[in-house]
Amino acid sequence: MRRDTPVLTRALGRTPHYVVAGGLAVIFLFPLLWNTWASFSAQPGTAQESGYGFGNYRTLLDYDAGLWRYLLNSTVVSALTVALTLGVSLLGGYAFARFRFPGKNLLFLLTLAILMVPYATLLIPLYVLLGRLHLQNSLIGLSLVLAMFQLPFATFMMRISFEAVPRELEESALVDGCGTAGALRRVLLPAVRPGLITVGLFAFLAAWNDFIAPLILISDSEKAPLPLAVANLRQQSMGAVDYGATEAGVVVLAVPCLLLFLLLQRHYVRGFMSGALKG
Amino acid sequence: MQVKAPDRAAAEHPVRPDTPDRRSRTPALLRRSRTLQGMAYAAPTAVFVAVFFLLPLLLVGQMSLSDWPLLAGDRGGNAPENYTDATDSTLFWPAVRFTLLYTVLVTVVLLGLALLLALLVQESRPGAGFFRTVYFLPGALGLASASLLFWGLYSPSTGPLSRTLERLGLVDDPVSFLGTPTSALLSTVFLVVWKFAGFYMLILLVGLQRIPHEVYEAARMDGASRGQIFRSITLPLLRPSLALSLLLCVTGSLLAFDQFFVLTKGGPDNSTVTVVQLIYREAFQRLNLGTAAALSIIVLAALLLLNVLQFRGLRHADDS
Repeated sequence: MRRDTPVLTRALGRTPHYVVAGGLAVIFLFPLLWNTWASFSAQPGTAQESGYGFGNYRTLLDYDAGLWRYLLNSTVVSALTVALTLGVSLLGGYAFARFRFPGKNLLFLLTLAILMVPYATLLIPLYVLLGRLHLQNSLIGLSLVLAMFQLPFATFMMRISFEAVPRELEESALVDGCGTAGALRRVLLPAVRPGLITVGLFAFLAAWNDFIAPLILISDSEKAPLPLAVANLRQQSMGAVDYGATEAGVVVLAVPCLLLFLLLQRHYVRGFMSGALKG
Repeated sequence: MQVKAPDRAAAEHPVRPDTPDRRSRTPALLRRSRTLQGMAYAAPTAVFVAVFFLLPLLLVGQMSLSDWPLLAGDRGGNAPENYTDATDSTLFWPAVRFTLLYTVLVTVVLLGLALLLALLVQESRPGAGFFRTVYFLPGALGLASASLLFWGLYSPSTGPLSRTLERLGLVDDPVSFLGTPTSALLSTVFLVVWKFAGFYMLILLVGLQRIPHEVYEAARMDGASRGQIFRSITLPLLRPSLALSLLLCVTGSLLAFDQFFVLTKGGPDNSTVTVVQLIYREAFQRLNLGTAAALSIIVLAALLLLNVLQFRGLRHADDS
């Protein structure tokens, strides 16, 4: 391709590339753009009968327990999952990267083995187990389960983050009289921050979007996270289908994910690189 | 499992560099304290793995061997009734066949398109970053959200696809994209490809960028055509990334649930019921946790077997 072709031929040679890439870009963007437009535009059988406006969003606000309730549920579950994942994998990653103790390799392998077991296989017994722990139908129980599913990636990511920090940094802190906890807090925490952001981002997206875990573990519609509530809302009012409210629900679900992804794209891609390289 | 070395042996050998005890006058004591600290930091992970992973794994085994209605709870062993019930169900083999068909279809289309996308955006042409972001954007959505979106998109009454086809005069009546078994399957495959193509594009991109430039240059100097370069350099050197994508895609597709639960609800006429949907139905519609557990164990065994085979196949191919 890049032999001594004249400039014009090269530019022409690129045109098909942009036609294909551009055409595909339109296909990838169209559903997102259409859905956003449709959520504001008029449709028969929805709260937005004519013109453009927020009618469908008002339907969402009043649906069953109300949009705010579902947003709160989703926010609580996501925040708890992120906090649990970060806390457990920060300490675990430190232990796996810098300490030697009996059972270390076995525990690390078992943590990774969570990936090998299908989601659905674990959810049936977890439903029974959470009942015994009095965590059935509870957002806390749901968050614990979601955090567990995040652990393989999070622990792996934090382990390689800690391993990438020069040992001298930690040792000088230890010589200065910090305990390992002090070294972790003052010296290592800033050094592994990029890893924490990646882990937190993945945990948030997974928790915010998860569908099957709340479907099985949450039976009370008051406690449903947003994806479950929007899926339930479709068959409202005597079997009539409210497409407009569903489209509004998709927008509310998608906006935080798209914003976070666009803001933290670098961290997202790093998560991939580490997984793809070592996997 | 690591065995703790006796202290004398440890004193004779240089201490491993990951213990900063070399300056200490009481290495044994400090080392023990350091071991305990390590265990303390790993304790939360251990608790999580034990309570929310190992315990459920044991429990699902026990449940699969017991009469266990959803509401009444454990009513004692009944092995192997749950397993025979699960495989005797009229939906079992159709669900297995459908899940396999879906997996093959999705894997071929998805990885093919992902490879095309990765090749399109790999070079630093102007705009490559923009296209990368656009192709990945659907991946940031949840699968359930994406399924709800396409449920509206495919609607015969208000969806844009059916209306456009009507206006162009290509069809006379509204098109029901989810109405027949074949169209429901293909519509779901399209949704899944749209949602995940960018994800696999990223994995393949990492692989493409690890191929050294010199290899391409050398091939070009030797007068290789673009097709030859792709076949004999890009594809073979991309094998590790392709293998990872294949593993993730096959595993993910075999466990498909959200997209069918939201889009087709298994219909029309139970033609799009996947194996995981069968587990859900057994547990929460037929209220039989025992049979659901047996199905879960069957899925787990099938998946482990598949992973072992895939690993073996890949290692075998690596050796040759």
